[in-house]
Amino acid sequence: MTLLVRHNGGWVILLSFIIALLLTTMPLSGALTDWRPAWVAMMVIYWCLVLPERVGVTIAWLLGLVLDVHTGALLGQNALGLSAIAYLTLQSRNQIRVFRPLQQSFVICVYLSLFQFINLWVRGITGIPPQHWLFWAPVASSMLLWPAFFYVMHATRRKFNVF
Amino acid sequence: MILALASIALMMVDHKNSYLEILRSSISTLVYPLQHTAGTVTDLPRKISAIMVSRQELMEENQRLREEQLHMYSRLQRTATLEGEIRRLRALLESSVEFNERVLVAELVGVELEAFRQQIVVNKGTTHGVFIGQPVVDAGGIMGQVIHVSPFSSTVLLITDLAHSIPALVNRNGLRSVATGLGEDNIVSLEHIPVNADIKEGDKIVSSGLGGRFPRGYPVGTVASVTRVPGELFSTVLITPSAKFGETREALLVWPDQPTVTTSDVAMRR
Repeated sequence: MTLLVRHNGGWVILLSFIIALLLTTMPLSGALTDWRPAWVAMMVIYWCLVLPERVGVTIAWLLGLVLDVHTGALLGQNALGLSAIAYLTLQSRNQIRVFRPLQQSFVICVYLSLFQFINLWVRGITGIPPQHWLFWAPVASSMLLWPAFFYVMHATRRKFNVF
Repeated sequence: MILALASIALMMVDHKNSYLEILRSSISTLVYPLQHTAGTVTDLPRKISAIMVSRQELMEENQRLREEQLHMYSRLQRTATLEGEIRRLRALLESSVEFNERVLVAELVGVELEAFRQQIVVNKGTTHGVFIGQPVVDAGGIMGQVIHVSPFSSTVLLITDLAHSIPALVNRNGLRSVATGLGEDNIVSLEHIPVNADIKEGDKIVSSGLGGRFPRGYPVGTVASVTRVPGELFSTVLITPSAKFGETREALLVWPDQPTVTTSDVAMRR
């Protein structure tokens, strides 16, 4: 019962993940496809930053499994990547939180690079490596979008009073 | 740490075996509404424009389709005669024939999967009898094969994917080869063609039926280029797939006459 009293707006978190999953497979036109930000990873980093007691490594891992099935990846590939960046975010959240959004972008860039690197590594081992530098495009686009993303998420969190 | 190990274990199992297909299938059932929504939202403009089509246009299209059907019928009659003839000849040669295949039309779910992979989702699953390893074709030719099934949807690995190979032969002279995807749109490579082999641009490549997964005789593609490097053993042969990826919204799931591969039995039992 105490859990219910202390927390609020779990559905907002759930909905945000669902939207992130939707955006991940939404067809985009032409060249934009390769530049699609890593929505789910960004969402995980955000919630780990602001609500570490609610979204942690386990949630990230489960979400990663869903993402694997959702995108037809090897089962566990995104789960490993997402739980790794969730862990890193939780470890460094006190530093990142005081950064300005622009500075945060760079940290995000590093974390997402790691995320993509894990994906690359797994795909390399299983014999289906992506043979194009555009594989790294999502890192750049996510990094550029981060300040706006952070702002929107922040406003949403305030509005629905998620804590 | 435990989760990291768990994911590595999962990946190893998933890569080598199909034990996890049940887990994948159940999660897939959960996310299918999401995929469906994503597909529908992007499809909205097309649906709206479909509603706006005038009566005149519809009548014209109807007329055109009727004519096309007439043409098809006349051609079908000819092929029916040929089919009978082939059947008799094959019977004389005592070789097995695969003719009466069952097909099911599936609609593509408009979603994009993992980057730099060639996969699609279709809206038919185990409830419709779809099984793992099932061949998928479209009006032009072979698209790929089913790699994951869930009750209401299935994932198809296209022949253009890096991990996909299909036994094929040159229709003109029966030269056998394997067509392997390169991970790029609309290009497939034909492997192990000796430099002195009789193959040239424009040759039709069809499935050979070896390996037992794909039925024999479906078009795979047309040879786009043959590069012979002096001193090399094999020439580089690139083919353009006959299937119209990215254009068609329907795919045909094929039940071959004699499922010889054990995977189909596994899928059926499940």
